[in-house]
Amino acid sequence: MSSLQTPLHKVQGLGASHSGTGHFWRQRITAVALVPLGLWFGFAMLGLAGTNEVAVLSFLARPWNALLMAAFAVILLYHMVLGLQDIVDDYVHTAGMKVFLRLAILAGAIATGATSLFALIRIAAST
Amino acid sequence: MADQPQKPGRERPLSPHLTIYRWQVTMLASITHRVTGMALAVGALVLAWWLVSVSNGPEGYDSFMAVAITPIGLLILFGFAWSLSFHLLNGIRHLAWDLGYGFNKTTATQTGSLVYILSLAAALDIFAFVWTGHAGYLQ
Repeated sequence: MSSLQTPLHKVQGLGASHSGTGHFWRQRITAVALVPLGLWFGFAMLGLAGTNEVAVLSFLARPWNALLMAAFAVILLYHMVLGLQDIVDDYVHTAGMKVFLRLAILAGAIATGATSLFALIRIAAST
Repeated sequence: MADQPQKPGRERPLSPHLTIYRWQVTMLASITHRVTGMALAVGALVLAWWLVSVSNGPEGYDSFMAVAITPIGLLILFGFAWSLSFHLLNGIRHLAWDLGYGFNKTTATQTGSLVYILSLAAALDIFAFVWTGHAGYLQ
């Protein structure tokens, strides 16, 4: 069957969006990672609820806990960027607003991630 | 491209929208998944705020807890607990669909109801644990 697609377009496999299934795939990968990390986060929050500042500090200062919390925060924010982008794509119909929101979401995620990681390093260094 | 699109002679039919469809568990779960996702985006900000507060020492920790234990603070934390439970469980449901499982109409409806029940139970259990003093085991 003949196709209107050029051979180059066909081998690139990126379709009309020019990004292929990249967004979809990264959303699934981060989702899979967030299942065990989310369960660990729930376990940690429940374990720290009703304790005091010393318990929270010493928990977060332990290397494995700090690493898991950092991974949870970063992957959560990555997943958040992908999800919020879906929402913007669905409901925002003007190109300028789309670009603005996309950049705002990305900037917000990077700022939140950097702040979280800096706080974790500070906690690890303080104890 | 014409600046003035041609005026239609009569109202064109539109595809059905939210106000026209009969409400079903599956559509409600889909909408809830998106809403809880947005709530958890706010939750990511609160998580960063909590980490910064803890890193600021005792005063910082106290300042966060002072807000967290107010009635509104607890309500928001309950909202996050339920949102995370729902989004995680329904996310597993979505991943199962991606693998081709559970697409059957009755199965999709049943798992949708199950996600609501389990997520609500999880959030209530979390708060019941804290209330009855069974939490805080990481001291």
